[in-house]
Amino acid sequence: MSKFGGSNNKKEVPQATSSSLSDIVFMLLFFFMVTTQLRETENKVIVKLPEATEVAKLERKDLTSYVNIGTPVKHLQAMYGTDARIQLNDSFKTVDDIRDFIAAERDAMSEADRSFMTVGIRADEDVRMGIVTDVKQELRRCSALKIMYAARKPGVDK
Amino acid sequence: MNTSSTADIAFLLLCYFLMTTTMGEPAGLQRRLPQIPDSKNQQDVKVNRRNIIIVKINSADKLFAGNEAIDVAFLKDKVKEFLANPTDDPNMPEKEMQEIEGKMYPVSKGVISLQNDRGTSYQAYIAVQNELVKAVNELRDEWCLKEYGRKYAKLDEDRQKIARRVIPQNISEAEPKDVTKKR
Repeated sequence: MSKFGGSNNKKEVPQATSSSLSDIVFMLLFFFMVTTQLRETENKVIVKLPEATEVAKLERKDLTSYVNIGTPVKHLQAMYGTDARIQLNDSFKTVDDIRDFIAAERDAMSEADRSFMTVGIRADEDVRMGIVTDVKQELRRCSALKIMYAARKPGVDK
Repeated sequence: MNTSSTADIAFLLLCYFLMTTTMGEPAGLQRRLPQIPDSKNQQDVKVNRRNIIIVKINSADKLFAGNEAIDVAFLKDKVKEFLANPTDDPNMPEKEMQEIEGKMYPVSKGVISLQNDRGTSYQAYIAVQNELVKAVNELRDEWCLKEYGRKYAKLDEDRQKIARRVIPQNISEAEPKDVTKKR
C-alpha cells in the first residue's frame, strides 16, 4: 500500500527540481546569441537615424563598413565641440581619412567579395547635407560606389 | 553529479550576451553612386529635356519638383505620373520598346535628378529619397499585378529581375558643384 502514497510522505513536500532551470536559461541564451549581433564599436557620436518606410535589409552584413556622422556624445563635447563629426571605427576622423579607412576595409575582405562592399552611412537626422555630400564625394573618389543610407522603420526606436 | 551550478553559469553567460550585443538588423536605402567623371574624355550624356525631372531641396528644406514648390506628401504621385506617363504627354518622358527575356516592353526613359543644398537637413533628404523609392516600388507592384497577378515581393527572382528592368530606378544624385553655384 505504501506505493500509492503511504503515510510517510504526507508531511514532506518534494523539493522542486532545479535541473531543468539550466536548460531553460541555456535556451534563452541561444535565443539571444542568434538574434543579436556583437556591438563592434563604441559610439562616440550621437546618431538618431532618420525614418524611412522603404528600407531594405542588407544581404551581406559582413561586407558593410560604417561611417558614422553626428554630434559627439555628451562627455566628449567639451573636447570636440558640438559640430557634426565623422567617426570611423573607434575614433573621430576627417573626410581625408576615409580613403585609408576604405582601403583598410577592402584589404580585410577576400578578393571575390570586394566588389560587393557596401558603405553604410549612419548619419544623424539633424546633420546638414554638406558633410554627407563631402563623404559621398570622397567615397566616389575611392570608387566605393555601393552605399546605403541607414534608416529605421517608423515606430521602431533605437 | 551536482548540476545546480550550471544554471548560474548559464545566467552569467546570458548576462554577458545581453550586455554586449545589439538587437535589430541594419537596414536602409541602398544606392549606387555615379562614377567620378574622367576629366580627360568627358562626354556629356545627352538627356532629353522631357526625360528629366529635377527634384530640389533647398537649405530651408523646401522641396521643388519640376520648378514648382511641392509638399513631400505629393511628391510620390508626381513622380509616379512622371515615370509612368499614362497619357503619352509630349512633355513627359518618352518610352522605348526594349526586349527583355524575349518579350517587348515599353521602358520609360525618365530620370529623376535629385539636388540638394549643403544646408539641407539629412532628415529631409532621406524623406525625399524615401518617397522616390516608394514611387518606383509602387509602380513595380502595379506592373507586377497586371503582368503576373502578384505583387513584386511575392514573385520569384527571375521575374523580379524583369520587373526591375521594365521599371528601372533611375535616380541621379547631382554633382555637388552644381548645387553650390546656386547657393
